[in-house]
Amino acid sequence: MSAAETATFKPFSRTQMAQRAAVDIPEGWYVNLGIGIPTLIADYVPIDREVIFHSENGVLGMGPAPEKDKIEPWLINAGKQYVTLRAGGSFCHHADSFSMIRGGHLDLCVLGAFQVADNGDIANWATSDNDTAPAVGGAMDLAAGAKRLWVLMEHTTKDGAPKLVTKCTYPLTAPAAVKRVYTNLATIDVTERGFVVRDIAPGLSFEDLQARTDAKLHQAA
Amino acid sequence: MINKIVQSMADLMAGIKDGSTVLIGGFGAVGQPNVLIDGLIEQGATDLTVACNNAGVGHVGLARLMELGRVRKIICSFPRSSDPVVFETLYRAGKIELEIVPQGTLAERMRAAGAGVPAFFTATGVGTKMAVGKEHREIDGRTYILENALRGDVALVEAWEADRWGNLTFKQAGRNFNPVMAMAAQLTLVQTQHIRELGELNPDHVVTPGIFVDRVLHVPYGDPSGF
Repeated sequence: MSAAETATFKPFSRTQMAQRAAVDIPEGWYVNLGIGIPTLIADYVPIDREVIFHSENGVLGMGPAPEKDKIEPWLINAGKQYVTLRAGGSFCHHADSFSMIRGGHLDLCVLGAFQVADNGDIANWATSDNDTAPAVGGAMDLAAGAKRLWVLMEHTTKDGAPKLVTKCTYPLTAPAAVKRVYTNLATIDVTERGFVVRDIAPGLSFEDLQARTDAKLHQAA
Repeated sequence: MINKIVQSMADLMAGIKDGSTVLIGGFGAVGQPNVLIDGLIEQGATDLTVACNNAGVGHVGLARLMELGRVRKIICSFPRSSDPVVFETLYRAGKIELEIVPQGTLAERMRAAGAGVPAFFTATGVGTKMAVGKEHREIDGRTYILENALRGDVALVEAWEADRWGNLTFKQAGRNFNPVMAMAAQLTLVQTQHIRELGELNPDHVVTPGIFVDRVLHVPYGDPSGF
């Protein structure tokens, strides 16, 4: 990274990443948000835009986190955080909850990821084939079952290695599943051409974005 | 007169054999039949296969059962927790077998068992490590893998309300795996927060009809805590 570039270029914060994804979710969609940064998206969807949030443990119509003195100990999300239920919300058992996922009823799922390939492959559950005690949770069901899968993640690892790649080196969660990626540097669609850049963080050039990306990037037509 | 309500833990746990497959409800601490897990520890059955979403926290409940060397194999989707020390120690030492299953496949395998469906095709896991060695089939242009039903010899379930016929209701997110496991096991054992008179439960509100339930113990446990 050159000195001139660091002076002018400002990556999106996690909050901004969540906000950018939130504006793209229209009223009426049923949405599952993965554990971690994707969960933040719900904070930026206004309550009067009726987006219905689903949680794997049988909660449909989740509202925001409760105030401390209003915690309901029987009401948690898949990340085991206390949540609320908005008017119109409902509970179901696990097989019904995953029927919503696996039966293609969710309009959108947003997950975090270790790597996304330009054919839409996603790796987000294990970092090596010999991971001690791998834990998959509902990630494979969500990636294979939702109508659309978006990913919200940092553009590179902490060491600067690209996470947008030509081929995932980590174990796959699902092949050819991701439709869009929101990173701290750009928003990128996964298309038949590969990665197509929708927007870039202010001050960062297309060439500089490409330098931080393993797979080839395309300009939006 | 049918009365599935038993008066003691010993009566509830009677007949659980060594080598059983035990389905344990709950998601985190919510809806988890803690008192029944302690009852199983007391009862003594060993060489168990346990299906549960998680693999225990700290040194209590399921973690304690594993620590005592009573669990041969665990079938779960997410063995990590805030404190998975017992599972991880046993797993690294090669003293417990792990079958990792996507959460929806886990639920569906039990639903299938309860519904008399021996196996089913699913898109979940196609193209991943989960698909290795499984039958693949293309149906209407999409590839699926075959997953077998998962039947339990015993299910441990936590309910909110129960009557003497074994009709059950659940509280909020405490429902989770409980109704699915109740229908998937040969012997379904329930701890319930409240006992209701027959006819007192609104039939429209019963989630698990008593046909899926064998024995019920009144355990006014209170709110869940600790994940």
